[in-house]
Amino acid sequence: MIISQKKICYTLDMKIKIRYFASFRELIGQGEELLTVADATRVVDIRALLVERNPRLQPIMERSVNALNHRYVPAETVLHENDELVFIPPTGGGQ
Amino acid sequence: MEPIIQLTREPLDRDALVAAVSHPSVGGIVVFEGVVRDNARGKNVRYLEYDVYEEMARQQIATIIEEARQRWSLEHVAVAHRFGRLEIGEASVIIVVATPHRAEAFEACRYLIDTLKSTVPIWKKEVATNGEEWVEG
Repeated sequence: MIISQKKICYTLDMKIKIRYFASFRELIGQGEELLTVADATRVVDIRALLVERNPRLQPIMERSVNALNHRYVPAETVLHENDELVFIPPTGGGQ
Repeated sequence: MEPIIQLTREPLDRDALVAAVSHPSVGGIVVFEGVVRDNARGKNVRYLEYDVYEEMARQQIATIIEEARQRWSLEHVAVAHRFGRLEIGEASVIIVVATPHRAEAFEACRYLIDTLKSTVPIWKKEVATNGEEWVEG
C-alpha cells in the first residue's frame, strides 16, 4: 500500500455501496448497504466478509461473479471510495 | 440508428418494436420473443419473477449489440426485457433485428438472445406449485 507522504490522512477508511439482487437480496433481506472498509480492500475481501457475517451466502457466493461500477471485474480488484459492488449470481434460464 | 433498449415492468409491445426497426433499406426482420411457460423440469410453474440490475443490464445489452454490429451488417436492433411478475404466456424478452438480408438477421438475433442470457444481469425466479427457486444457467 502506497500512501502519499504529503497527504494528511485522518483515516484510511472508505465507503463503498453494495447492492443485492435475486437470491442475494432474498438471503440478506435488503437491496443495498453502505460499508465502511479499510483502504485498499479488494473485492475478494468483501466476499469473505459477507460470507463470514452470513454463512448461508456461501453457496451462492461461490457461484457468483463480481461487478464493480457496472463492469465485470476479477476478485482481486482493489476497491475505491464510493465504488458500487454487486455480486452477480448465474444468469440465464431457458434454452 | 441508435439501438432501442427497453427494460420495463410494463407488458412488451412487439408491434411497436417491429415498427421502430422498420426502414426502406431493410430486407429482413427477425423477431425472437421469449414467453413464460407453465412448466419447467417437471414442475408446474405458476408465474415468474424477473429481477434486473438495471444500470448494468442496459450497458451490457449495448455492449452485446455493438459486438453483433461488428460481426453482421445490422441496420436496426431493438432489445426489450420485462421484469417484475410475469404470468404464463406473457412475453419476457423481445429481440428484433433488421438487416439488409435474412441470413444475418437470423444469426445476429440468435447471438443476441444467447449472449443476453449468459452475460446480462437479469435473473428469473420460478414460482411453482411446490416451491420457488432462482433459475441458473
